[in-house]
Amino acid sequence: MKQIKVLGSGCAKCTKTAEVISKIAEELSIDVEVIKETDPETIMNYAVMSTPAVVIDEELVHSGRIPSREDITQWLA
Amino acid sequence: MFEVFTWLADKLVFQLLGLSPDTKLGDSLHFFIEDTTKIFALLLVMIYLIAWIRASLNVERVRDYLAGKHRGVGYLFGSFFGAITPFCSCSSIPVFLGFTSAGIPVGITMSFLLTSPLINEVAILLLMSLLGWKFTVIYVLVGMAIGILGGFFLDLIKAERWLQAFAAKAFKAAQHRKAEAVADDNQAISMADRHDFAKSETLEIFGRVWKWVFVGVGLGAALHGFVPDGWFEANLGNGQWWSVPAAVFMGIPLYSNATGVIPVMESLITKGLPIGTTLAFCMSTVAASFPEFILLKQVMQWRLLAIIFVMLLVSFTLVGWIFNVVFPY
Repeated sequence: MKQIKVLGSGCAKCTKTAEVISKIAEELSIDVEVIKETDPETIMNYAVMSTPAVVIDEELVHSGRIPSREDITQWLA
Repeated sequence: MFEVFTWLADKLVFQLLGLSPDTKLGDSLHFFIEDTTKIFALLLVMIYLIAWIRASLNVERVRDYLAGKHRGVGYLFGSFFGAITPFCSCSSIPVFLGFTSAGIPVGITMSFLLTSPLINEVAILLLMSLLGWKFTVIYVLVGMAIGILGGFFLDLIKAERWLQAFAAKAFKAAQHRKAEAVADDNQAISMADRHDFAKSETLEIFGRVWKWVFVGVGLGAALHGFVPDGWFEANLGNGQWWSVPAAVFMGIPLYSNATGVIPVMESLITKGLPIGTTLAFCMSTVAASFPEFILLKQVMQWRLLAIIFVMLLVSFTLVGWIFNVVFPY
């Protein structure tokens, strides 16, 4: 099962990002664990400055905006 | 070029609704419609154009650029990039930490963060269209001066002493591995990318600010129609030294962004509020807001937060006094 972390200090766009990922994973019936990471120190350790950012299995794949459907489908594949 | 909006407001208010320009309601409504339509049209066109131009600028590039800069010019560049970099206030904390862990001095980082809410493309557009270019230049210079001097002051008092422990540690660690080459991964961006970026920026910024335009212009229109000309001049004019600090304190609990406050500035100034008092009030509304200060608590100790807060209040008061003396009317 993929572990997906959404990094962001709790802004609206971060919540939205987590929702979109969960929704698309459900549509594709892929089992994922989506975690919202809001701790500033953790975000710093991923070297992320533009939130929301997405980390999949400890690898940073995206940062700065709500990811597109294509992006998400690609990550989940 | 802006006459079309006056014409539109004339048509709607005086002809369609049949209100007279001599009534308070007619006057206010005309002002409201003229200003909102003008601002919305400008925002849509200009945000797109500006976003198109700056599509390749982001906080990561700014950080890499600032990391190599000498302190002397660092404050100037920090403030300058704070003004032009697209950046949402909800990213303040990650940006602060990103800059700090790259070894950028706290003062330079704060020059960036202090200038950012005061000056941005929406603010400049509104100032130009409502208050004219001279006032816009003054506003930008004052905003940058506050960012630059504020940042300089924070480094002077060694503000990094009062960071939260983990942030201080990251800053120290970066000092030890100085001069590390930063990978330049800026690939050229295509026209299509620019268009996509500009489109999404326009929609996003517009989606965020349109309600502020209504609130701001609504308040401005009410002031315009219902407060008698010269009321401020008579009651809060240049005579009283205390009117500036009073305006600054009134501005703190009022949380707004530049978009909401600039239309109010227009009305305040035309009603005779001195320019310094107006600037002080508006800058305090925009830059000293409790919600954002509470966020900064995650990376700073209370002491540093309090210092920055007081520093801002003092700067706004000084700005107010100086402008009231230099530009009496």
